[in-house]
Amino acid sequence: MSQTHRQDGGLIDQKKTLTFTFNGQILRGYEGDTLASALLANNKHLVGRSFKYHRPRGIVTVGSEEPNAIMEIGSGAHKEPNTRATVTQLYNGLEANSQNHRGPLGFDLMAITDFLSPLLGAGFYYKTFMWPKAFWEKIYEPAIRNSAGLGTLSKDPDPDTYDKGFRYCDILIIGAGATGLSAALTAASSGAKVILADEDFLMGGRLNTETAKIDNIKGSEWAKSAVEKLSAMDNVTLMSDTTIFGVYDHGIYGALENRSSESRADSNKPRQVNWRIYAKKSILCAGAIERSIAFGNNDRPGIMLAGAVRAYMNRFAVATGNKVTVYTNNDDGWQTAKDLRSKGVNIVAVIDSRSISPVMPIQGAEIFMGTDVVDTKGRRALKSITLSNGKTLDTDSLAVSGGWNPNLHLTCHHRGIPKWNEEIASFIPDEATPPGMSVAGRAKGTMVLSDAMKEGHDLGSSVALELGYKSADLKAASTPAVAYNVVANWGVESGKNRAWVDFQNDVTAKDVRLANQEGFKSVEHVKRYTTLGMATDQGKTANVLGIGIMAENMGQTMEETGTTIFRPPYSPVAVGAFAGRRRGMEFYPTRYTPSHKWSEEQGAVFVEVGMWYRSQWFPQPGETHWRQSVDREVIKTRASVGICDVTTLGKIDIKGSDVSEFLNKVYVNAFAKLPVGKTRYGLMLREDSMAMDDGTTARLAEDHFVMTTTTANAVSVYRHLQFCHQVLWPDLDVHMISVTEQYAQYAVAGPNSRNLLEKIVDPEHDISNEAFPFMGAGAITVCGGIPARLFRISFSGELAYEIAVPTRYGDALMRAMMHAGEEFDVVPYGTEALGVMRIEKGHAAGPELNGQTSAYDLGMGGMVSGKKDFIGYKLGQREELLRNDRMQMVGFKPVNKNALVDKGHSMAGAHLLGLREEATTHNDQGWISSSIYSPMLGCYIGLGFIKDGLNRKGEFVRAVDLVRNSDIEVEICSPHFYDPEGGRLRV
Amino acid sequence: MIINHPLLGPRDSEEFVYLGSTDLINRPTNWEDEASAEDFYQYQYIRENIAGDHQELWYHEQGDQSWLVVTRNTLSHEITKVELAQDVSRSMGRGK
Repeated sequence: MSQTHRQDGGLIDQKKTLTFTFNGQILRGYEGDTLASALLANNKHLVGRSFKYHRPRGIVTVGSEEPNAIMEIGSGAHKEPNTRATVTQLYNGLEANSQNHRGPLGFDLMAITDFLSPLLGAGFYYKTFMWPKAFWEKIYEPAIRNSAGLGTLSKDPDPDTYDKGFRYCDILIIGAGATGLSAALTAASSGAKVILADEDFLMGGRLNTETAKIDNIKGSEWAKSAVEKLSAMDNVTLMSDTTIFGVYDHGIYGALENRSSESRADSNKPRQVNWRIYAKKSILCAGAIERSIAFGNNDRPGIMLAGAVRAYMNRFAVATGNKVTVYTNNDDGWQTAKDLRSKGVNIVAVIDSRSISPVMPIQGAEIFMGTDVVDTKGRRALKSITLSNGKTLDTDSLAVSGGWNPNLHLTCHHRGIPKWNEEIASFIPDEATPPGMSVAGRAKGTMVLSDAMKEGHDLGSSVALELGYKSADLKAASTPAVAYNVVANWGVESGKNRAWVDFQNDVTAKDVRLANQEGFKSVEHVKRYTTLGMATDQGKTANVLGIGIMAENMGQTMEETGTTIFRPPYSPVAVGAFAGRRRGMEFYPTRYTPSHKWSEEQGAVFVEVGMWYRSQWFPQPGETHWRQSVDREVIKTRASVGICDVTTLGKIDIKGSDVSEFLNKVYVNAFAKLPVGKTRYGLMLREDSMAMDDGTTARLAEDHFVMTTTTANAVSVYRHLQFCHQVLWPDLDVHMISVTEQYAQYAVAGPNSRNLLEKIVDPEHDISNEAFPFMGAGAITVCGGIPARLFRISFSGELAYEIAVPTRYGDALMRAMMHAGEEFDVVPYGTEALGVMRIEKGHAAGPELNGQTSAYDLGMGGMVSGKKDFIGYKLGQREELLRNDRMQMVGFKPVNKNALVDKGHSMAGAHLLGLREEATTHNDQGWISSSIYSPMLGCYIGLGFIKDGLNRKGEFVRAVDLVRNSDIEVEICSPHFYDPEGGRLRV
Repeated sequence: MIINHPLLGPRDSEEFVYLGSTDLINRPTNWEDEASAEDFYQYQYIRENIAGDHQELWYHEQGDQSWLVVTRNTLSHEITKVELAQDVSRSMGRGK
């Protein structure tokens, strides 16, 4: 298939042919093409179907502001929907498919919605499809939802790699067109560190699409040589194919660099790099974006913006049609007629809505001044247009120019409010914001090229000077001055024909007027009610036109009507680019315990606890269900001895002469008189008196303590202690450091735990019951001189210790203890067995410290002395928190011992209700916070909270689980199910 | 955002954890008085919702673990002052 609309020349390489497919059809283009220019070269004007009405649509622009030519590129997991063909660089093998149609593009079955348009106007879902009520949920909404949307996702994980990077500069110049290049040349000559970024893969902006000469040479040649000069400078970083998508605080910019050609060649390379650029100053040279005019049926394939039509000719050597017409309200539109005519294209007519003399002669064209286009024909490709004077013209390409809007998107990211400028009939940027950004050129409203280039040239030096860098005395580039005259024209009365404003969201001029009529008088409301400007293009070609229509309709000025706010990202950014490498296992760091390798060798099953991997249980050969492993670990630990890695729990080393006073302030209970060589359980509250964390703190010396926290709160408790130390009591002599990762720590529990430890603790350390009683703590050595810390504490309720050694000995210690424990049939146990045993013992843990429970609720009210201030004390004395009928922690066991056994799940999460009450929230008395099957008791048990629990032991209630459909009778009892006297602890 | 740490220079705000208003510095010291219940209630719950310069506490968790008092404008996000919280606390009389 030949490229019927291809001409000679352009900035593409016509010696390098590329092959691609569109909707399965094989087509050809050249190196340097975009997908859009290649499609137009092949006379493919119909490229998609519109969002709501499924109207046939074609390419409209030549840039990232494209509303219509959005397609699915690639296949399988690489398929990316909603990709703008106008900024997709063509490559060999590119697969493109149009979106949003059922059946072929040329015969979209969903086009029936176009005929339903009277029912689908702005805000239709508030007005139609409302009766009968039941139909909405089952019929209308699913149908509407199904027919809406643009592209489809592959639903496979994104297979591409994305990277994140950081760059620093003095001056970030955004846009490498005439103005940006001018600014970069002067700024860089000063020695300032400059980053020049442009979203196009070819720098030069409109110098590559216009015929204007710069310094007497072709604009594109001037651009090329400027880029070469800059790339030779060490203090300049050029970033082409890079969109500055967001202006963040303090000179931080988000930039998305496209590297897809590299990643296609090597899948290990990133497809995109998300850069965070820290810039002291920035210069926005983003140029201007053309807008259309709203007239009847102005959305047909073949109707494009005038600047784009000549860009396709000048840069891509593509004629958009054979019989071209131009419709404009400004001088610039005439340039399209001139450029195309000079390449031999037939210009049928130039229609200018202004009542002035023709701007220039166009050979062979009819000229209509003071005239508008009112209608068009040609559903799948433009065939003719009708003028306001009644004439009809045959044409296959209509180039429309409603004027140019400064591209001030980025100046709005910090809530900048653009100002209306009557002279250029558009909005110009609010230069007060963002801080550090200056604007130059067409982005500022300086429409004349020679002025724009001078502006860039001067601003490059002045901004550099602000930073203390002096630019070289360079001459600004020269180009003949070409005036830009425009008279605003928002559109013509279209009668029963619809005049389109926002192509991507299918919003018409009538929708805007309807919104006003229905009382939506603020531009913010009109935007949301009509969805104008809310599509993936953020209404770049539509917003000003919409505001114009609204202002005219409401009899207001443009200034009075105002604009909505542009927000990052400037153009769509793949979620993968924000994730970078942080996906899957790299989402956050993985923390392994010192015994991990050993545990892997045992075939342990691991569980994620935050970032940690902890052994959950250690299955033995023959065990097929986790309960078999966990029950065994509990039984054997309680019968003899078990070892569990508890390294993950927070450890904080605290030294100083005021530590005991400090601990008194952060813990509920008293620590000031904790003797050296002892450890004590501590409960920590938030200032509002809700329990925050618990642990044990040992006193190793007069001025040396070690605190433990739960695994989950290791970081937050440390942060809290630093707050108390630095901010609340800055002159207490206290110094602390986190040592969670510095010590490997193991729980050794069971009647033979001491016997096991005596085999590895060095003989000079007496760890008999007399020398090292329950709650003792101290520094010892093990295995022939390795420094260690021993704490006689028990989470399990058995005779137990925790032993800590510097982490580098952790693996060796585990192996040494397992070896020493062989004669006692030692068993390694994981987090499940750990949990079973602490619940059997009745220890509160994370599920009980849920942020809603006080010390009293947890049954630890006795620790509150009232003789010292501590964090959470005073607010804990509020009346409601001292009521004795609050939900208090107690134990629950099923009346029927076999309850839930065949269901195979515990009571966790069940709510507590009276025996004969309806299961409603009104009757809810509490909940079960922790529940497991107890091998020691031979039934399920639970800890939980119930109203007035402490006074209701012996009562029967129901544990109701509406999620898992169970409802069983339980008895309220003490939470200490196993060894309630604590005798086993003290042997 | 960039926080200009008084000792370490400008750091990305990613390195820090935000806590809240510097009202949190003034923890009441009169816990034994009956009346202090009201003071603690004010301390814990009542805040001015400032549209403008706001003094707030940030913790340099990924850096030197210092607590800082940052003066930041809640409308423009401009940060005009960064001090060590310890110094601010002492200047408020919370030291010995």
